[in-house]
Amino acid sequence: MDWHYFKRRLMNQVGQALALMATLFTLFWLVWLLTTLISQGWQALDLSMFVKDTPAPGAEGGMRNAIVGSLMMCLAGVAIGAPVGVLAATWLAEYGRGTWLASAIRFVNDILLSTPSIIIGIFIYGLVVVNTGGFSGWAGALALAMIILPVVVRTSEDMMLLVPDQMREAAAALGAQRWRLIIDVVYRAARRGMVTGILLGFARISGETAPLLFTALNNQFLSTDMGNVMANLPMMIFQYAMSPYSNWQELAWAGALLITLTILAINLVLRLFWREPKKGH
Amino acid sequence: MIQMNVKKAVQEAPTRTKLKVENLGFYYDNFQALHDINLELAENRVTAFIGASGCGKSTLLRTFNRIYSLYPEQRATGQILLDGENILDKKQDINRLRAKVGIVFQKPTPFPMSIFDNVAYGVRLYEKLPRGILEERVEEALRKAALWDEVKDILKQSGTQLSGGQQQRLCIARALAVEPDVLLLDEPTSALDPISTLRIEELIDDLKERLTILIVTHNMQQAARISDDTVFMHQGRVVEKAPTNILFTNPENKQTEDYITGRYG
Repeated sequence: MDWHYFKRRLMNQVGQALALMATLFTLFWLVWLLTTLISQGWQALDLSMFVKDTPAPGAEGGMRNAIVGSLMMCLAGVAIGAPVGVLAATWLAEYGRGTWLASAIRFVNDILLSTPSIIIGIFIYGLVVVNTGGFSGWAGALALAMIILPVVVRTSEDMMLLVPDQMREAAAALGAQRWRLIIDVVYRAARRGMVTGILLGFARISGETAPLLFTALNNQFLSTDMGNVMANLPMMIFQYAMSPYSNWQELAWAGALLITLTILAINLVLRLFWREPKKGH
Repeated sequence: MIQMNVKKAVQEAPTRTKLKVENLGFYYDNFQALHDINLELAENRVTAFIGASGCGKSTLLRTFNRIYSLYPEQRATGQILLDGENILDKKQDINRLRAKVGIVFQKPTPFPMSIFDNVAYGVRLYEKLPRGILEERVEEALRKAALWDEVKDILKQSGTQLSGGQQQRLCIARALAVEPDVLLLDEPTSALDPISTLRIEELIDDLKERLTILIVTHNMQQAARISDDTVFMHQGRVVEKAPTNILFTNPENKQTEDYITGRYG
């Protein structure tokens, strides 16, 4: 056989093998992480986790307070961050497109996107905790909102830019004003991507520890008062994993598993039920 | 033969001017895309705009409903009179204008909503109609666009799930539902298969009884088949305008002749 052709085929096979190995390498760690998490966390994860609060040393307990706190702060974070993010993205994609101000905002947003979350925690600490007289669930929610904000801006703008300009022209040509065509046509066309971005942002903030350390701190007891310190899963994991008591460590494993399963569930739901419908021809 | 064509053209001669373009210029930033355009377009006729890519025919079409004004860097100078009223005037209400002048683009652009809502979209922007009357308007528009029979049982289905040709007729129905006087067609069949193209061409022929139609096309056979008048453009200027059968058989201008005989373009 022709030597040149043989070499080409060989290179192809070598390349494929390398790519396969890289994939297996990545999967190996992921599978290891998940199996460890499941095997360690599974025994601890029972119904009492959801009805009992975090225990005192030596005592038995659950993580109801941490689950409630995490949910409240994450939802509040999304409720603050997502609308602001969508509106900012709307300005970037629709009104400010092509202007230097939009480029500047986009640049700053990208910086915010890659800011270490501990810095956001300290920022909210200085801005809110110090000035309002103490740690609180609201401060935590604000910190989480600042983390999800640039994610939402980025994904929403990208999704809105994917809507062809012809669609905007078609709506404008029928006599729709700018704001109407954005709501009726652009949001509608981009909504799947935008909701996906928000849910992935939610998944991201549900595991953030550093910003909560400086803002919501922690609480041994169940509390739904966002004006006060609040328990949350990441802090609970941090605190209990470091402890010398084995039942505390088990609790940390269970909490870690719970967060991971939640993120997994969000991703699966997005993949399975939130797809573009197939186009018929 | 030519003699006969002239006679036919005279018989078909228009009675009333719908659109009058006077000294129209058009700029993308500093680039001048249209130079000193002067045209009179007759009511209830199909006028085709032909010319090589970049000659300005789409740009010209897009001035008639001022869709270019979505982009701040684009501007027009001169006048376009629609029924004697200058539509380029700043005082002109742009959405009223767009109710009178509809447009259909090259690529079908169904909105991500049901077939019914697609057609009702424009109507709802101008009128608050009782459900029953709105339904009649939607049906009427879909009938005019020769799409009713295919979609009457699936009106709640998404408009994006139709085939390309159906989507384009949906876009025509959507434009017709607002009951415009003028319909602009910007290469409406260039993304469609021959059967869908034929259906839309037949449709254009039906529609001209009620409408003044302006169509940009790259396909010269299409221009010859469906238009009454043809405007040939070159480098941002109108080279020649004549009844279609005359322009295609006996063009006055050498450039026009070169273009329609395929010597360039």
